[in-house]
Amino acid sequence: MITTLFYILSAFTLATAFLTIFSKNPIHSAIYLVLCFFSIAGHYLMFNAQFLAIVHIIVYSGAIMILMLFTIMLMNLNKEDEKNKTLWSRLAAVISFCLVALVLLAAFIKAQQTGYTYEVSGEDYQSIKVLGQVLLNDYMVPFEFASVLLLVSMIGAVLLSKKEHINN
Amino acid sequence: MENILQEIGIDNYIYLSALLFCVGAFGVLYRRNAIVMFMSIEIMLNAVNLLLVAFSTYHQDAAGQVFVFFSMAVAAAEVAVGLAILVAVYRNISNIDIDNLKKLKG
Repeated sequence: MITTLFYILSAFTLATAFLTIFSKNPIHSAIYLVLCFFSIAGHYLMFNAQFLAIVHIIVYSGAIMILMLFTIMLMNLNKEDEKNKTLWSRLAAVISFCLVALVLLAAFIKAQQTGYTYEVSGEDYQSIKVLGQVLLNDYMVPFEFASVLLLVSMIGAVLLSKKEHINN
Repeated sequence: MENILQEIGIDNYIYLSALLFCVGAFGVLYRRNAIVMFMSIEIMLNAVNLLLVAFSTYHQDAAGQVFVFFSMAVAAAEVAVGLAILVAVYRNISNIDIDNLKKLKG
């Protein structure tokens, strides 16, 4: 049951990722990317990491995709007028994709795991309570730096996309 | 759902993440539209996040999931700044085809 669910979700994730790349229209790419993110949130739910799944949906499918769709509409890109790359560079992309996938998969399939065997200890390690304690005790400094990073990126985005008046 | 890794195995998640990462890298190489290249970068980031969560469950340690939170924060910041740069580029050359960004070549 769980195995079947895993294979269906994985196939859906990979298919929507491919469709994101092969769609001519950037809006369709964005829609397929939302579906891909939802299926990855489904994977998180299968790991029983509910809080992470909710945060993933809010951040990616909510914030990031809205930002991308706004940019696409701002630039009026919702038409299929993109010229393809040359045949040679597309062929090179396909060949390098196949080679990278082959090397990675071959390396991971041949790899033997040693030393650690997975067994369920029944300990609670991924509820919101435990995650909050780990985040605010052990990772306090990175947490604060993340807030600085978000502030700086917000200011940077506003500055970069503001209209410039350098000429006069 | 408690023992999902006993049912499926960590190796299937490794293969899925490797394939998803390759798909993202392929998208960066294949497309000319800068926004779709951004989406491919997001796919790569998500592949890595998925593997982090899988290993967090495998070792039953919350640190992996906390790291995914930080990775999401960095991804959000990256997308905001990157799209602002794209808007600035679009103002200058009125498209975002990366093959037109050759001014530095001289």
